[in-house]
Amino acid sequence: MTSGKIDQQPVHVWLSGLAPLDRSHLLPTLIEAQRRYGHLTPPTVAAISQALRVSEAEILGVVSFYTLLYDRPTGRTMVRVCTSPRCAQAGGEDVLRRLCEHLHVQPGQPTADGAYEIEEVPCLCLCDHAPAALHGEMPVGHLRQVPVADWLARPQAIGLGFIGGEPRRLTARCGAIAPADVQAFTALGGFAGLRRALTNLTPQQVIETIDASGLDGRGGAAFPTGRKWSLAGSTPAPRRYVVCNGDESEPGTFKDRLLLEGDPLAVIEGMALAGYAIGASRGYLYVRGEYPRAQGILLQAIEAAQQAGYLGTGILGTDFTFEVELRSGAGAYICGEETALLESIEGRRGLPRLKPPYPVTNGLFGMPTAINNVETLAMAAWILGQGVEAYRAVGTAESPGTKLFCLSGDIDVPGTYEVPFGTTLGALLDQAGGVRGDLQAILLGGAAGAFAGPEALDLPLTHASFRSAGLPLGSGVIMVMNGERDLRRTCYHLARFFAHESCGKCFPCQLGTQRQLEIIGRLADGGLRPGDPEALDDVAFAMSETSICGLGVTAGSAIQSARRRWPELFRPAGE
Amino acid sequence: MAERIELTIDGRAVAVEPGTTILEAARRAGIDIPVLCYSKRTTPNGLCRMCVVEVEGARGLIASCLTPAAAGSRIHTETERVVRARRTMLEMLAFSVDLSEAPDLQALMDRYGARPERFEGGARRRPAPIDDNPMYVRDYAKCVLCWRCVQVCAEDVQFTFALNVSGRGHETHIGTAFGRPMPETTCVFCGQCVDVCPTGALKPRREWLLEQGMSAEAMMQATMTEKRKRGPALGGDESPGVVGRGGEGSRQRRDPS
Repeated sequence: MTSGKIDQQPVHVWLSGLAPLDRSHLLPTLIEAQRRYGHLTPPTVAAISQALRVSEAEILGVVSFYTLLYDRPTGRTMVRVCTSPRCAQAGGEDVLRRLCEHLHVQPGQPTADGAYEIEEVPCLCLCDHAPAALHGEMPVGHLRQVPVADWLARPQAIGLGFIGGEPRRLTARCGAIAPADVQAFTALGGFAGLRRALTNLTPQQVIETIDASGLDGRGGAAFPTGRKWSLAGSTPAPRRYVVCNGDESEPGTFKDRLLLEGDPLAVIEGMALAGYAIGASRGYLYVRGEYPRAQGILLQAIEAAQQAGYLGTGILGTDFTFEVELRSGAGAYICGEETALLESIEGRRGLPRLKPPYPVTNGLFGMPTAINNVETLAMAAWILGQGVEAYRAVGTAESPGTKLFCLSGDIDVPGTYEVPFGTTLGALLDQAGGVRGDLQAILLGGAAGAFAGPEALDLPLTHASFRSAGLPLGSGVIMVMNGERDLRRTCYHLARFFAHESCGKCFPCQLGTQRQLEIIGRLADGGLRPGDPEALDDVAFAMSETSICGLGVTAGSAIQSARRRWPELFRPAGE
Repeated sequence: MAERIELTIDGRAVAVEPGTTILEAARRAGIDIPVLCYSKRTTPNGLCRMCVVEVEGARGLIASCLTPAAAGSRIHTETERVVRARRTMLEMLAFSVDLSEAPDLQALMDRYGARPERFEGGARRRPAPIDDNPMYVRDYAKCVLCWRCVQVCAEDVQFTFALNVSGRGHETHIGTAFGRPMPETTCVFCGQCVDVCPTGALKPRREWLLEQGMSAEAMMQATMTEKRKRGPALGGDESPGVVGRGGEGSRQRRDPS
């Protein structure tokens, strides 16, 4: 979207070249139109409306929903500075202020020459490189130490980030091979799972294998993967779909980015495997719009897999056909919610659907759909390749295998750590070099998670032990805060995140995230009023009890956990 | 006849046909569950969550307008949890939105003792009224975002697609493509959006002008002047068949829900 010169080719010529199209191409078409023409003008929208047979009103409804789409001129290079909880702690707001001063602009305002525009954005999931930003399409980090003029003129892309822990299963190839190199990938065990499934196993046996492994979803909800595939595969339907949820946006999470950039073929292998298991011939790989580098790598990887015969028609000489289409998000945390993601692929505002029915029976385009997290699919491929016994050799009986954890904050070596389930939280922190300073709090599970104090260090990292302690393991976020951190400020950044990301569909979340932000704003400024704590609790109650989707249900949970753990922080001034 | 489903609502035994929602089952038993966005004329979306009830054994409160009654379930429509949720939502809503022309909601606020002033200092949605066409005025300061207008404008009735839901979160609002004035959209002035609006956010222009203190005579004069000035330019077609479809005709039908 930052192309230097505007392509003058008339929009209808370009659109007719893409025909036949339907509504499900709306988001990719809008993204491409914006890349070509700078922003979405009335003539462009009119042409897209004609071509896709979607009303202009609806198109603008979609454009206004996604933060990366614009119906106004923008600066040529967008610089998006992250100020979400971790980056804010690391000085993100300071970075933003200095950048604005340097360019003499406010956020959301192009520079006089139109070269740049600065935006303040919620979590870019570059928490292991905080404070971070997206400079055009380049992820940059550790910006506090670098003079603004330097990183603006000569941005240096960050790497994959630190990878720790053992045994290294999912992360073994990350950084060790070129990401789209099929030969190197297969030399290190890649495509062994898909090969074994296609040549030796029936789809039913693949599902049984996954079932026997005990693999559960790594996106946060921990739903058993084998059961999901079994349900999606057994519902009678003319078509089925596999969807990979790569919309990683939970503040504090970055493990999926590591896999998508470091070992994309493993994710593709997992998708093909899921397709074989449930009887789907088409998969959508949905990656958040703020991961342009991952998307570039994935396009190469999909192409390479196709060339090598691991995707396409008659894979490995069998009659199994499977295609993968990469889809980009466009700036909406809610699209990580599985039904909102499906709506987004279908060309709509990313609003969660009412459940039931669930995607396994009524998913993408109304068809049975297996929608899985990136890490889950990569792990499924590993399990098919290495076997159930190997998978269960580490971990606990109830939570077997390894899991990726995202360590950030006041820790010596932030990064992605792959460790067996059952490792204690304290042991994991030790592997990361320990806490910098005195441990005050750990945010577990991300913005939608909960705070814990030092007493949680002895907890083994399993869903069961966390559940009994009233804590979420979630997608593996471990954000460490030492005694110097102002937890009220962190609560403020969490509240601001949810107010920004609420989709606005159901009243409790649409109104409640705003009311929560207002009260927490007073808390952070030291001006909490009498009655505020009770109002805050009522708002959280209404959201958690009545919201349509998980965003609303958990929008108050981290703040409420802080309120229970540190009640003294929430006392109104003068009480 | 299909077998009937038996359940209890507030201790009363109720039997309904399969597929009946909890809301409908309760109504048949004479139990009143308050609703806001729900209307028989639009596809239910379960947006407002005002109709939530407690179903024994369920996680969280359940939207009764969407949930089919299940055999043997025990439902409570007015528990402490239900009341707390409804009261809080009314308080949050009334703080953001002008509910002065929504008597049903005001009655609900009285019933639950809602105190919107708890949120004093917070953001309100107070855009200026939009008076951009001869037929109706859009005063979105009164809009609760029930979506009914967008739904009747689209697949639920008219297939006109002049309106949309724009933005997100607390900034969500009803709009048109590029915020265009209504005569420049696909609107055919059928008036159905005005008819389904539960809070007076959409109302006939004449009614609105009267409220603004304009006399009937002055209004007639203004209308004639306006007609002369506009001539045939109004949407390129001033056939009364199109323009006249809104107005009183639609106003006589009241939303039955």
